[in-house]
Amino acid sequence: MTPFATLSNASSVSWDAIPQKTPENMCSSIAEAMANGARICSFFGLPSDNSISLNSGSKTIELVAVLAHDTEDALSVIRSMPFSGSFPSLTPDHPQAHLFERLIFEEHGLTPTGHPWLKTVRKTDTNAPWNSPFFEVAGSEIHEVAVGPVHAGIIEPGHFRFQCTGEIVHHLEIALGYQHRGIEAALTGGPFPSGIKQIEALAGDTSIAHTTAYATNLEVLSGTEAPLQAQWVRAIALELERLANHTGDIGALANDVAFLPTSSACGRIRGDFLNLTALICGNRFGRSLVTPGGCRYDLETERACRLRERLLVSLSEVEQAARWLWESSSSRARFERIGTLTPDDAARMGMVGPAARACGLVRDVRFDHPAGWHRFAQIPVSVWPDGDVQARARVRWLEIRQSGEFLKEQLAAAPGGPLITPMPPLMPDTLAVTLVEGWRGEVCHVAITDHQGRLRTCKVTDPSFHNWTGLALAMRNQAISDFPICNKSFNLSYCGFDL
Amino acid sequence: MSTFDVLFHRIQTGCETIAYPDGPAPALPDRHGGALLMDSTRCLDTCHACMDICPTQAIRRTQEDGIELDLGRCLFCGSCVEVCPTQAITHTNNHRMAVRKKDDLILGTGARSQLRLAEDLGSRLIALLGRSIRLRQVSAGGCNACEADVNVLGTIGWDLGRFGIQFVASPRHADGILITGPVSKAMELALRKTWDAIPEPKIAIAVGSCAISGGPFHANSETHAGADGIIPIDLYIPGCPPHPLTILDGLLRMLGKLKGRRSEAG
Repeated sequence: MTPFATLSNASSVSWDAIPQKTPENMCSSIAEAMANGARICSFFGLPSDNSISLNSGSKTIELVAVLAHDTEDALSVIRSMPFSGSFPSLTPDHPQAHLFERLIFEEHGLTPTGHPWLKTVRKTDTNAPWNSPFFEVAGSEIHEVAVGPVHAGIIEPGHFRFQCTGEIVHHLEIALGYQHRGIEAALTGGPFPSGIKQIEALAGDTSIAHTTAYATNLEVLSGTEAPLQAQWVRAIALELERLANHTGDIGALANDVAFLPTSSACGRIRGDFLNLTALICGNRFGRSLVTPGGCRYDLETERACRLRERLLVSLSEVEQAARWLWESSSSRARFERIGTLTPDDAARMGMVGPAARACGLVRDVRFDHPAGWHRFAQIPVSVWPDGDVQARARVRWLEIRQSGEFLKEQLAAAPGGPLITPMPPLMPDTLAVTLVEGWRGEVCHVAITDHQGRLRTCKVTDPSFHNWTGLALAMRNQAISDFPICNKSFNLSYCGFDL
Repeated sequence: MSTFDVLFHRIQTGCETIAYPDGPAPALPDRHGGALLMDSTRCLDTCHACMDICPTQAIRRTQEDGIELDLGRCLFCGSCVEVCPTQAITHTNNHRMAVRKKDDLILGTGARSQLRLAEDLGSRLIALLGRSIRLRQVSAGGCNACEADVNVLGTIGWDLGRFGIQFVASPRHADGILITGPVSKAMELALRKTWDAIPEPKIAIAVGSCAISGGPFHANSETHAGADGIIPIDLYIPGCPPHPLTILDGLLRMLGKLKGRRSEAG
């Protein structure tokens, strides 16, 4: 018999129905499942006294793990008995657990025994850069380069620490936490009216994916479902979000190698895609569109027609702008065989999204774990095998085309009907999981209610949480001058990681 | 042949930069709504529908002035406009929202039913900075939406450089700072150090409801409620995020570059 409770994406399971193991048995069950191809979606602790405060003074902690079985369209959940002290670290055999275990250490003081690099993840302190000391490479020729938290451009803060000889990077350690706003703690005890607003701004370029995941969990927990029309609007908005960001990324990569035709064209076209989202809801970043129970703005036939017309123009423009880049041999020479990740490393780090698909990994929530509107309309998975900067750019390009095709088809397929449904109170003592394929990859929200139907926790895993280590690995034995294009090719979220 | 293709395209397309501010401003999306207008004389004595629905408690009732709406806290979600039974709060569809003083964002009765738009920096600073101003941007807990819509001003559609405004990599090269985000506690020191490194005279601009008031994070324990407890702010640009046009309007208004322009007529 499986030691897990099995569920599908966007569904719930009673808290009592989740098998409870000793920490040792739980970790060995997880390790066994991972050896059979499962990967970690979320792994966290919560105070065992069913209280809603993060710092309740609870002496014992329960661990909860959510795994994905991508080829079986299944998720599985396991939890531990309440305990304190330590648990066996999964990281030595399954390095994708490393940040989850560090976070459990930081938030609850549990020690993952055998973790090779145990330190905090996003703990705040008045001294920047935080969470030092950093890993040091020894030797008289070694020099260290420190960058951040404030960076040269208009971007979010984070600290990068490089260990180099000459130009060559041996090791990069990425220290984040500067964007930590305490969002998970603020959601605990809810749902509050401010909750969806904090989720909208959790990672502001991924508003649709995060609000869809959060709202879907609340709908599942209250035993209801958003009306089909709302699911359709969410799916349309999700692809518009992807189009805008992928177009921006291709332009940013072109800019970093000083290929200005594509850079300047994509900068403008990205804005045109954002304006399509604004056509639906008034806001370029999809704020106030998704709400628990449905959507606040409809996409009526006439508006959908206008959207389609403008979409077709932007799609042909981005096609042309990207073609200039692919045809420029000087740009290709800067992208190919730079920042290469092997499929094996990407799989071991549990990477998701375009960065994983650029290593040939076939994983995409829209296809593997379809929920919402994607149950009726799938999108083929876009994969490129090489694992380098060029591959990450090309995967984005393939996805722009697929999103365009999806939108062209779906904009004419509105199911009609109501847009919002009333929300009954949440069921008590229940766990719900929703995965959404945001433009950076898998957005995972796990919501658990207490005896009274309040949120005990709302655990958010942004795709960046899985992928930042991929950037660090991609930089090994690369020239430090290639860091900007490697970084752009991943374009990960700081605030989504820091929460 | 990519090179000829690019050149041909460029010749064919011509200049893609908007005519604003010499020409009319581009229209806001029809569901955007722009700045809000508040006439609290229309409020019913016992009604608090807007206060109940506002996700950031931007609306409150005071003893002297009745209902007040703080556009510095507002996320412009439009919920209050929807629920108001007497149309006391309405959309203006006006993109102009930047102010010089935080109190100017608080709407109430009479003359305060709408925003008091920003005055310029004054003749001394405009003589120094009006033709060329360099800004250092610091995101201090920003979600990357305000950052993105500041960045977009550098694209060919907006071409911020034509106004002499440029973002620079070092605070030592800057005349001012543009802050986004509620100021997470982990970024407070870095923000202070950046501000201290900018030579005098210098200005500070807060973009977005987070930087003005903490926005949706105003009550969180890990953030401050905006930047002005840490750095004196000269210009507030509200929104979540503000539309690029609203940001540009704020920057140009502060530098006195909108006076007598066609876009300001009517």
